Amino acid sequence: MREVHTSDITQAVYELFLDANYRIGPDVMDRLKQARKEETSPLGRMALEQIIRNNELAAEEDLCVCQDTGISVVFLEIGQDVHLAGGPLEDAVNAGVRKAYLEGYLRKSIVAEPLFDRRNTGDNTPCVQHVRIVPGEAVHVTAIAKGFGSENMSRLMMLTPGDGVEGVRQFVLKTVEEAGPNPCPPLVVGVGIGGSFELCAIMAKRATSLPLTRSHRDPRYAEIERELERDINLLGIGPAGYGGGATALKVHIITAPTHIAGLPVAVNICCHAARHAERTV
Amino acid sequence: MKIHVQLPLTDETVLLLKAGDEVLLSGRVLTGRDAAHRRLTAMLEAGEALPVSLAGETIYYVGPAPARPGQTVGPAGPTSSYRMDRFTPPLLKLGLKGMIGKGRLGPQSLQAMKEHPSVYFAAVGGSAVLISKSIRSSRVVAWPDLGAEAVHYFEIEDFPAVVAVDSRGINLYDEGPKLYRKTAL
Repeated sequence: MREVHTSDITQAVYELFLDANYRIGPDVMDRLKQARKEETSPLGRMALEQIIRNNELAAEEDLCVCQDTGISVVFLEIGQDVHLAGGPLEDAVNAGVRKAYLEGYLRKSIVAEPLFDRRNTGDNTPCVQHVRIVPGEAVHVTAIAKGFGSENMSRLMMLTPGDGVEGVRQFVLKTVEEAGPNPCPPLVVGVGIGGSFELCAIMAKRATSLPLTRSHRDPRYAEIERELERDINLLGIGPAGYGGGATALKVHIITAPTHIAGLPVAVNICCHAARHAERTV
Repeated sequence: MKIHVQLPLTDETVLLLKAGDEVLLSGRVLTGRDAAHRRLTAMLEAGEALPVSLAGETIYYVGPAPARPGQTVGPAGPTSSYRMDRFTPPLLKLGLKGMIGKGRLGPQSLQAMKEHPSVYFAAVGGSAVLISKSIRSSRVVAWPDLGAEAVHYFEIEDFPAVVAVDSRGINLYDEGPKLYRKTAL
């Protein structure tokens, strides 16, 4: 049994959201630079040039890469041999988000209630929390700052088993095609396949936070990832949607067991500013 | 080859600009996004006078992040324009000449642009720090209670953009991807 104080989780969440918002990961920067090298569209190259320069400036000056610093999503994997001491875990996580957004000059974009007053909570809380209890005595925290330009272009579809690989492929391509320039391409496309209605959406979100250098461990799914990336990049949407070859930086698939009658698929689109950071506490 | 464009736009400039032109915008823009557009159109419907004149102006769809001490404005990239579609036709009717945002405009805006010659400029989404360097001053004009969504005057200098929809209705978001598309779904 290991004791972890929830105030340490607050500190981790705070630091992770600053890091995620100020610094685009080296895996994403490498892919952007590769895309700039390969892009044949002049306006596409200009857009990539601007994005890369922007991300460098943000990191140098501790400024948020994008003014939409997103809805804050936190994935927590908590070892079952951990005893959490201190205040309630949910409050501790929200305290970290609050501190990051208030002290880090990040925009507060959360309204307390969706339909009527839409009053801004003023500190970007409450955040969205996904908690999983896992073996061991570590606490792993993943912070995702998810902008809504791309969130609004995400889709979920309950396919049927007969739709198969081709059904999934068509749905992902159609989602990206319809989104067009709106979600700020080049994109990271997170795809959840299987599970239940809500689980496939959560998997799709998680998939947007995976390192771009990684592929699905099942070679059959890794091949679908590669084929989808190739096909998306034939659509012509291009950087910023101005036309060009770089529409997706990566497609990530996460799968789960599902029901004999179903094939849920969720496509969570993430803009080129894929902002996430993680740490083990 | 980038074209230097002075704001407010003149009718001549509106007619000269073509979809796909790279431009550097200088001069004055108004800012406004979802909440400000709702208030502007509610006031119009109630027959009230607007807190700011729109004739000849350009609106930048933006809600900046907070400025650090000493900064004119925080990171301030464009937001998705389609959310303003339902509010845009009455504003164009009042003489609005330009919009700056990112992503597609819907049929309502595109139709209204045909009736009222104007230009839709696109800025690169997610280049908020780079863009903020071209904003020289910022002043609240209306509704400070809206915070990041309040209406501001920005003085901009060499603000990087492209012409996304021109006064003839040519749309870069249609024409650009057509040139590079290598497949049908």
